[in-house]
Amino acid sequence: MGKGFSVLRADQERIVLIIAAVLFLAAAIFLPGFLEPSNLIAIIRSISVLGILAAGMAIVIIGRGIDLSAVAVMAMSVAWYLQMLGTRSPDWMALLYAVAAVLAIGLINGFLVAYADVPAIFVTLASGSFVFGFVRSQLINQDAIAVPPEHWIERLGRLRIEGIPSEVFIFFGITCIAFIFLRYTKWGRYVYYAGDNPVTARNSGIPVRPMLVLRYIISALTAFIAGLLTASSLLSINTRVVNSTLLYDIILVVVIGGIGLSGGKGSMRNVIVGALLIGIMLNVMTILDIPNIYQNLIKSTILLIAIIIDGLMNPRDEQTAQQGDI
Amino acid sequence: MPVRDLLLRCRYNLIPEHLIGEVLTKRWTDNAIPFLALVITIVGFGTAIPGFFQLQSLSDSTRQLGEFSIVVTGLTIVMLGGGIDLSVGSIFALSAFAAVSAFFIFEQPTWIALLAALIVGGAFGAFNGFLVGYAGLRAFLTTLVTFIIGRAIYDILVVNYAAKIQLSMMSSDVWDFIGDGTVFGLAISVLAAIMLALVAHIMLSRSRPGWHILAVGGSRRSAHNAGIRVRRAVFATYVISGLCCGIAGFLLACRLSGTGPGTGLNLEIMALTAAVVGGNSLGGGRGSIMKGIMGAVIVLVTTNGLIRLGYGTGTNQMVLGLMLAAAVILDIRWLKNRHKVLNELYVAPIHHRMGETQSAEPQADSPYALNDRLSQATPIGLGDLEGPEDVILDHDDHLYCGTRHGEIIRFFAPDYRRSEVFAHTGGFPLGLAFDRAGNLISCVGAMGLYSIAPDGIVTKLTAETSRSLTSVVDDARLRDPNDCDVAPDGRIFFTDSTKRYDAHDWALDSIEGRPTGRLLCYHPATEKTETLLDRYRYANGVCIAHDGQSLFFAESWACRVHRYWFDGPKVGTVECVIKDMPGYPDNINRASDGTYWMAWLGMRTPSFDLSLRHPGMRKRMTRRLPQDDWLFPNINTGGVVKFDENGRVIETLGDLAGAAHPMVTSMREHKGELFIGGILNNRIGRYVIPGANQRWTGLRSYWGEDR
Repeated sequence: MGKGFSVLRADQERIVLIIAAVLFLAAAIFLPGFLEPSNLIAIIRSISVLGILAAGMAIVIIGRGIDLSAVAVMAMSVAWYLQMLGTRSPDWMALLYAVAAVLAIGLINGFLVAYADVPAIFVTLASGSFVFGFVRSQLINQDAIAVPPEHWIERLGRLRIEGIPSEVFIFFGITCIAFIFLRYTKWGRYVYYAGDNPVTARNSGIPVRPMLVLRYIISALTAFIAGLLTASSLLSINTRVVNSTLLYDIILVVVIGGIGLSGGKGSMRNVIVGALLIGIMLNVMTILDIPNIYQNLIKSTILLIAIIIDGLMNPRDEQTAQQGDI
Repeated sequence: MPVRDLLLRCRYNLIPEHLIGEVLTKRWTDNAIPFLALVITIVGFGTAIPGFFQLQSLSDSTRQLGEFSIVVTGLTIVMLGGGIDLSVGSIFALSAFAAVSAFFIFEQPTWIALLAALIVGGAFGAFNGFLVGYAGLRAFLTTLVTFIIGRAIYDILVVNYAAKIQLSMMSSDVWDFIGDGTVFGLAISVLAAIMLALVAHIMLSRSRPGWHILAVGGSRRSAHNAGIRVRRAVFATYVISGLCCGIAGFLLACRLSGTGPGTGLNLEIMALTAAVVGGNSLGGGRGSIMKGIMGAVIVLVTTNGLIRLGYGTGTNQMVLGLMLAAAVILDIRWLKNRHKVLNELYVAPIHHRMGETQSAEPQADSPYALNDRLSQATPIGLGDLEGPEDVILDHDDHLYCGTRHGEIIRFFAPDYRRSEVFAHTGGFPLGLAFDRAGNLISCVGAMGLYSIAPDGIVTKLTAETSRSLTSVVDDARLRDPNDCDVAPDGRIFFTDSTKRYDAHDWALDSIEGRPTGRLLCYHPATEKTETLLDRYRYANGVCIAHDGQSLFFAESWACRVHRYWFDGPKVGTVECVIKDMPGYPDNINRASDGTYWMAWLGMRTPSFDLSLRHPGMRKRMTRRLPQDDWLFPNINTGGVVKFDENGRVIETLGDLAGAAHPMVTSMREHKGELFIGGILNNRIGRYVIPGANQRWTGLRSYWGEDR
């Protein structure tokens, strides 16, 4: 059973990789301008932010959770940081405040999931709504906040190494760290155990609850980094992104990559594969000049199909599924 | 009384602490918090915004409320079935669009527009239902994704057809009337919401499909095992939710005569917050339509109020997020800990000072001095019996007793070696008595008063008495009917030992020490039960006195015996005839020489008497120690006491080694012998009474020589 299953999973990853390759080849042949270096860089660049967000989300999902507040944290923390820069605070102080707020949100999310036993989906839905509403109504005064000229975020956005934008390196750096964390550290392995069967993990002495809190803090921090990178490439942060479909793109990357929503399975490789496919797909749709609203329909349909396949391949385990686990 | 006792009594006896636990046992306390929130919201915004609740200002928001309540009703049904539907906003918008386009683009009559909205809503709901119910996907993520799909389709439609709708010249009186007409001063949408809520409530609480939905939500696996078609029930909830959104969308279409990009935006988090704030549990099984409506009012009043107060963009989402989080946390914590909280709070001991007693030690100079005579008793049914609380004998000398297994066993005279199951009552039969017609009357533990005909047919006589107006717990139900006896005119007098605990929790009742025992009377002629006396500490044994006008009854935890006159010149009066005994009295029965036998189920101990003067200690004990470590009345040494009509104690029988009859709960004299039962014993004892009347039987004493 275990062996057959792992073959199946490898197959899914391979299929996704093959589809991505086929899509890439088809686009290279049929779409003029697709193979231009600037377009390829644009693809990798667009993947980077999505991939960083997906890496944070993947760690949470492997531990059998979900973080619906990721986009709100990403946009609102950076927006507040930039707003503080515009007013009076020194840079390091503003950064400190923003990081502290991000940590606090991750901590609250994790605490409520771990210690109050509230389903992750509700906690993060509520906290996402709260974070957006609170920052938008209390801390900032317009939808989009621009990066001040000559600020380090702007310089980061301009930075190129061998012509490749810096966020690509940051994306690979983060996935490497996450890969090593999940694969080679004790705490990383615990994430899998807790995601596979939380009760057994707890009974065998793994600190399941503190680990849960840690995962939501990691997710919030990666969201903050992704927000900084977004601001660095767009030179502003638009808080309306919270109401966009970005959140579902993240889940799409994770699920398409082959990380089951029931937890305990998957690795950073899946994230990279998923991000590649989605990145190529989004790029192709943009080159084909498909309007945004149709793109949303296509993406959401693909996500639905992915979730259906995920549901059929990883059916819920009635023995470990809890009452009220919806 | 010492000052310390006085202070303790003020603290523990006067403050009605037990009411907290009793209120918490009520299911309606679940509604209290949302209801309080509703009142606070309405009062708060009503005072903060002058004129907020005047009809004029309400008209548009009431219509909105009507539509919103319909959506919440649908979502509530899904949640009761254990699912969740986040796509309500999209379904709502799509249905509204369907209605608008049917009316304005295709120029169809209003009813076709309604039909279009319903079809779109129902089909979308069926799609959700198929994925979640039949394909077994996770409800939250699946409906989240169908929500995005629906939204994307809606955006595409609006972009392409909004202009066409605006240019249409179509109009209809029906359409406009539904949009802004009123019936009896109520907007159509509010009427629709009320009617839908009523139908949904009746369906959920009074019909088979509704029960199935609740059962599936309560426990999916059990519902499946009970033969309920779980998948179909889940499917149905999503279809209902889709149809509700369809109706609401149609009403919105009539009100606004158009749809825009903002239609139904954020509706899912609003509806979800409303359903949860109203007190519906995530994961299903607990909740009601009414809770959903309460939540809908709270959420809509809050969001509209915040807009009226002029708070900026985002405030609503902040407040919704806070409300949702607070409600979910409260719900989860409450569900998880309700039982624990109840256990913690329910036991509320009071202060009680037991009176000084005479010694019961062997060779003590008191009538209570125990001897070892019961150890000579010969056993009946040794090893076969479990828990003969009471014993009784009939005209043919056959012996009857109840058992722990809910049966009444008959042992055959003369040697009582053979036995048969005489009747099966289903509960633990305690007190027994024969009436004039030879029916065996029994107090069945935790069930009520039953009559068993000579052929073994069991009939219920009564299981309830009248409800008192001041009691919080349901004191109409008999929780611990204990002993009974039949008066010459056929009235049955019986005791109900406690109103606050079930029979098996008698130890908790003794630890608490609250007087809640009752003496009741069942009138066979009218089949009515009345409460004669109340507020005794574990009312126990009952025995009609030899005069036929009065009865004796035992008050176990107070170690007292009372006499109550139900006929004659002293009718209705009650007197305490024995007090401050060294043992806890149980059943009382007649003796052949005109006196009475009384069982002691256990002996008082100085330690427990002391603890009765320390209610705080007992409270801590029940909260912090496991049940095995509790201090409660000693039941390892009992005895039999003989007393006369004036309460003078004549003699006491005991079993000092405790091998045969450690705890005695009843004894019955019959033809010169005493038959002894004990609720925790494994036998009936047969003790020859020196010098007793060899012809005397209880039945003859009650009903005369004739059968």
